[in-house]
Amino acid sequence: MSESTDAFAAIDYPMECPDVNSLWDKRFLLALQNITAVFDGFKALDLHAFAIEHNELRVIIGPNGAGKTTFCDIVSGKTTATTGQVYFDGQDITTLSEMAIALKGVGRKFQTPTVYDSLTTFENMELAMPGNQNPWRNLIHKHSKADRDKIFHQLERVRLADDAHTPAKYLSHGQRQWLAISSLILAGPKLLLVDEPAAGLTDAETVLTAELLLELRGDHTVVVIEHDMDFVRQLDARVTVFNEGTILAEGSLDTVRENEEVKEAYLGR
Amino acid sequence: MSEFNQTSLDRAKKHLLILAVIGLGLVPLLYFTGLMSIETVNMLGRYLCFAIVAVGLDLIWGYTGILSLCQALFFTVGAYGMGMYMAHQYPSADNPSIPQSLYVVFPYDVGQGKGEEILPWFWWPFKFFPLAVLLSILVPCFIAALIGLGGFFSRVRGVYFAILTQAVTVAAFLFFSNNDMFLCGTNGLSQFRTFLGFDLGDDKLKFIMYIVTALSLLGVLALCQYIVHSRFGRILIAVRDAEPALRFQGYKPHHFKMIAFAFAGGLAGLGGMLYTPQMQIITPSDMAPIKSILIVVWVAVGGRGTLTGAVIGALFVNLIYSWLTSPITIGSVQVWSPDYWPILLGLLFISVVLVIPTGIVNIKLPFLPRKKEVNS
Repeated sequence: MSESTDAFAAIDYPMECPDVNSLWDKRFLLALQNITAVFDGFKALDLHAFAIEHNELRVIIGPNGAGKTTFCDIVSGKTTATTGQVYFDGQDITTLSEMAIALKGVGRKFQTPTVYDSLTTFENMELAMPGNQNPWRNLIHKHSKADRDKIFHQLERVRLADDAHTPAKYLSHGQRQWLAISSLILAGPKLLLVDEPAAGLTDAETVLTAELLLELRGDHTVVVIEHDMDFVRQLDARVTVFNEGTILAEGSLDTVRENEEVKEAYLGR
Repeated sequence: MSEFNQTSLDRAKKHLLILAVIGLGLVPLLYFTGLMSIETVNMLGRYLCFAIVAVGLDLIWGYTGILSLCQALFFTVGAYGMGMYMAHQYPSADNPSIPQSLYVVFPYDVGQGKGEEILPWFWWPFKFFPLAVLLSILVPCFIAALIGLGGFFSRVRGVYFAILTQAVTVAAFLFFSNNDMFLCGTNGLSQFRTFLGFDLGDDKLKFIMYIVTALSLLGVLALCQYIVHSRFGRILIAVRDAEPALRFQGYKPHHFKMIAFAFAGGLAGLGGMLYTPQMQIITPSDMAPIKSILIVVWVAVGGRGTLTGAVIGALFVNLIYSWLTSPITIGSVQVWSPDYWPILLGLLFISVVLVIPTGIVNIKLPFLPRKKEVNS
């Protein structure tokens, strides 16, 4: 397979990044430059250049401690990068708070699905609706019929409609994963960071989760972090392999699997 | 509105109705038929003031998960506000510009003599009743907002916030106890004669104050029920369940927390404001750290996150307090001494936590017919 015909070929980031190319934001929604994250002297992440194209579905894989979740933390504002810049949608978001970044359009699903236990499935979804973040508005404003239909449409998609009025604490692990993903889809951010959407799911559940993410393809920018290789194969997208905080390889799943360095990182010496 | 929410709202309305029937129907009936003395009505009126504070604490603790140990501070500040208005009604004979109450421990400046006292500036607004009412609610509200600004914006959470609030309470206690602060020191405000034209000993005043307090409590309860059943209330619950997750959805949890905390502070001020005319004395000891902890105990005993439970808890604990802080004798043997009360209170708290952690409002009475589960 030649490089030119491969739709998921590796991107030469250093040639495309903001300081080199003034047209970068036409191509990339998210770009990281010279990002390092240091915790107590340990360098968890060291990315010289990395970017995600508009409306791209990207999978990030890598062994434990490769910096995948740290990458999500830095983009979503949970931790601030020690050095470097994060550009999102043409703006520098490096030092913004997680609230400001979320309002700019970065949505995130955590590794362990975070849902509000005491609230029902429906109420969880209701809070995910965009445009409800003002405190005073929430005192008087109620959801419209259209909002309700939109929520139920999504809940039916993930087979949660029957549990719409069940408090989230009574949902199974798989249902919680779907609720978290559904909330994210409903919020409709420009960039979806999906951290391990298939963790702890059965094979059948994994298939539906992959379908949900594939439906977003084309009009959403999605970054999926995953361990499960079968799941990654179903997504059929460009794969970036992280190892020890740096990019090890990039390309289609088959390309990176044949990479000797990747094999070594996964299997050890 | 979801069906789940609707059931909860219906239950809340039912509770409100039951409390209204007891508070505005049964108690006045007992009073007018002579079965209940005016002293008991007055005592109930004071306990209803406590219930207002408890409802505020339940909103921030039960729903939002903020444990506050400074509700008694807000209560006492509100009570001082009304107390200062009442003190103005009884000016000193020697210097009519000064309330008699303030005279007792007036800290004289160098060269100042008796009869030359000047009314401290912050006593002025409390000469006017509407202003006194407004300030008694808004000042605690403002103090709460300041504490919230310091605590929530710098993400002080959980037990650390509780410690912060307790430290503020202790500081305020020392501030109010100091004679130089023109707040009558540890004596507090006590030299009252009249209130709105009524003599303070008047039974009519006591009964009116009871009714006003009961109406205020019902109003507060209805307002809080509205809040917790609005989307604002669901966000408060979300703050309790997973505050960090809320931030990644673009919500600013500290804003919601500060609004709820300031609101609860205002409610405590309202309770305090209604308390002074009924108790006729207010001292810094009412904001001693233990008082705030007691409010937490009322809510825990009654049932957290129910609002009605806060009212029941406040009334229940205070009623057995008033019953068990008098000696009980059978024949010539004293079987109960008021000294045992703290032990009983401790046992009560422990047993509620162990046996009915959801509070007495959630006890399932076996002889009451349970509503059948309609539709699946």
